Amino acid sequence: MTALAEERKTVGRSSSSHAIAELLLRFRELGIVLALVLVVGGTTIDNHRFLSLTNVQQVLSAASIIALLAIGETIVIITRNVDLSIGSVLGISAYATGELYHHHPHVPLALVFLLAVGIGAAFGVVNGVIVTVVRVPSLVVTLGTLYVIRGIDGAWAGGNQVNASMLPNSFNKIGYGTIAGVPYLGIIAIVAVGIATYAMRTFRTARDFYAIGSDPEAARLAGIPVGARVFLAFVLSGAIAGLAGAVWLSYYASVDAIAGVGYEFQVITAVVIGGVAIFGGSGTVLGAALGALLLNTINSALVVVNVSSFWSQAFAGGLLVSAIAFDRLIAVRVAPALRTRRRARV
Amino acid sequence: MTTMHSQPVLSLEHAQKRFGAVHALEDGDIELFAGEVHGLVGENGAGKSTLVKILAGVHRPDGGRLVLDGEEAVFDNAKQSQAAGIAIIFQEPTLFPDLSVAENIFVAMQPLKRFRRIDGRRMRREAAGFFEQLGVRVDPDRLARGLSIADQQLVEIAKALTANARVIVMDEPTAALATAEVERLFGIVQTLRARGNAVLFVSHRLEEIFAICQRVTVMRDGRHVLTKPIEELTTQSVIRAMVGRDMDALFPKVATDPGGVVLKVDRLTREGVFTDVSFEVRSGEIVALAGLVGAGRTEVARAIFGIDRWDAGTVEIHGRPLQTGSPTMAMAVGIGLVPEDRRQQGLVMDFSIERNIALASLDTVSRGGLIPRGAERKFAKDWALRLQLKYGKLTNPAWTLSGGNQQKAVLAKWLARRPTVLIVDEPTRGIDVATKAEVHRLLSELAAQGVAVLMISSELPEVLGMADRIVVLFEGRVTREFARAEASEDAIMRAATGIIEEAA
Repeated sequence: MTALAEERKTVGRSSSSHAIAELLLRFRELGIVLALVLVVGGTTIDNHRFLSLTNVQQVLSAASIIALLAIGETIVIITRNVDLSIGSVLGISAYATGELYHHHPHVPLALVFLLAVGIGAAFGVVNGVIVTVVRVPSLVVTLGTLYVIRGIDGAWAGGNQVNASMLPNSFNKIGYGTIAGVPYLGIIAIVAVGIATYAMRTFRTARDFYAIGSDPEAARLAGIPVGARVFLAFVLSGAIAGLAGAVWLSYYASVDAIAGVGYEFQVITAVVIGGVAIFGGSGTVLGAALGALLLNTINSALVVVNVSSFWSQAFAGGLLVSAIAFDRLIAVRVAPALRTRRRARV
Repeated sequence: MTTMHSQPVLSLEHAQKRFGAVHALEDGDIELFAGEVHGLVGENGAGKSTLVKILAGVHRPDGGRLVLDGEEAVFDNAKQSQAAGIAIIFQEPTLFPDLSVAENIFVAMQPLKRFRRIDGRRMRREAAGFFEQLGVRVDPDRLARGLSIADQQLVEIAKALTANARVIVMDEPTAALATAEVERLFGIVQTLRARGNAVLFVSHRLEEIFAICQRVTVMRDGRHVLTKPIEELTTQSVIRAMVGRDMDALFPKVATDPGGVVLKVDRLTREGVFTDVSFEVRSGEIVALAGLVGAGRTEVARAIFGIDRWDAGTVEIHGRPLQTGSPTMAMAVGIGLVPEDRRQQGLVMDFSIERNIALASLDTVSRGGLIPRGAERKFAKDWALRLQLKYGKLTNPAWTLSGGNQQKAVLAKWLARRPTVLIVDEPTRGIDVATKAEVHRLLSELAAQGVAVLMISSELPEVLGMADRIVVLFEGRVTREFARAEASEDAIMRAATGIIEEAA
């Protein structure tokens, strides 16, 4: 009789703590939206020009580039890997786009974007092959390609700079144009995040990414082609970074050898704040994109309230650490309940 | 074997499997029939798990035949076994914690609609349908993370049903289940049987075997002992068949005159792991912690040594209470722990042999915070000699040693600290007979010198041969304590399988 009572008690405890954990995990995207509202609200009270159309458009455009990169990074991280080379890929793709226009001013827009995506995908292939065939940890591989690609970029660009005057207006317009007040870049990012969110829910290949990150060994046993999927994740990440390079050039309208330096860390920070587990298996593209928006909003807010931009880095770092600590807290909260559950028999 | 009029769905004949020098399976035989639950029992190390892994395609047998529907089959990997309609439900299932229950059931086999999109609605509906067939309630939409072991097993069974498995192997499925969950599982096993599935049910618990099996196979020391219909067997006869070896092994047990109590464990409890564990070890005494794998023996040892915390109870050394969760304090009062897994926990495999031996004694070896190479070597050489360690060079990495010598190196590491209490977890697992005898001799000598020895062992002859007293655990509780004279394999086995003695 007591045994039964104890059993019931532990069942109740484990399921209720699970419910809390699940709520908190779902809460993540809501939590970011809430944080956004707080940051925007607080800053606006201090300085009402924070919500001016120009400023909102600027924040949205800058966040869009990080959000785009975050889509690819999310896919890679979900498979329990990481892609550190995206900043360099963005840089070389942006420079290549600029050079293309420099030498062939009348090249069609579609071809330009195709080239940017192609360059990125090619570097993704390199990363993917080394990770899946040579079986070097992606952290090391992409740290290496980060420097190699940046080196190639530097050697190619030298001290040169491609600036707005060398770029056709049709291209520059992508960077500054708006529809009903919404910048083109924002629309590009929203459409891309929408497509990626749908795809990540709907296709077997995408669910395979989650399974691989959740338990690589079990994924292999379940007959998932783990190598091919991880390879694909890197190619996608590279292709998206390539695309982001062309988008980046349209926004900043000039490019030299240091375009996109350090972007990989901004992106990973956004992805993790957005609730993507750093060891893979869970998280959404939408969360990562919201994370990017939150980071950029905070950066801009700190400038508006006259805080040195150095603090914005400290802020981003603090946010990142608290996001990870939060995940850990949930895990710790759930574990004892499970342990009790296992041996509730008397 | 009994003559059958129908053909078995799956059978294994004279299967053999070695791992290095260890003969895990010498003669594995099993015949599984449709609509029948077949029980497989045996002591720890009898070869049950190896047999299951051969059926699962995880191991390839070195000899023998696997026959599927009357035709010989070879499984190179788990995938082929699954494709042949065999599903294994392991004791601790491997699900994807981040995917939903429905996704886990259909992983890589999701139903599709137009444009190769996953048909989520159909997936959930079918998952719900499977659970209905099994007569249980599990929400297909919830994440697998945090599911109880019992529910995880259900997901695995549902997975087996989607794959149209005909043979379902359950490897000690009840080991981690609560009473009500076991009953639910039994209901499901009956359903599977009624559907015409062949079920292989591996369990330590004889009462369960007698409750749901129609046929039983007993294994011992990697060999098939008997297969009989359940009506022809009794608990007694099964235990006799499981144990049934001669007590011929000679153990160099030195008779000792135990001194005062050194280690006193009182009502020690770690919630959900072990409960109310009490025993004493006197100076000069060897006390064995016996029980089946998973009974909580290693966990008790880890708690005493301070690796895991305990929630209630006390541990005293010479009457002085220990703090929970402090290996530093445990070592300071003279406890040594030789862990079960010497590769992962006992040795730093890439360190040299001398470093490993001196590792727990650095406070004696070091001078002013530095470790003189010469002193370390001298120290290690001394202990290597005393234990007759066989090595190439002391500077070679520890992985160059054979299994038995690795174990001796771990022992050397702890003996060098001159412990007052030595806890040894499965001290002779996987080592050759000669070294085994040496380890036994060492333990006896230690006890004779006044060390209190707590020995965890799954080998009954070792327990009976070495221990002055035997404490038996079953599912985290002490079921019986035996003095050397009153212990027998039979009685220990009963206590270890939770059979309550009717007036001892």
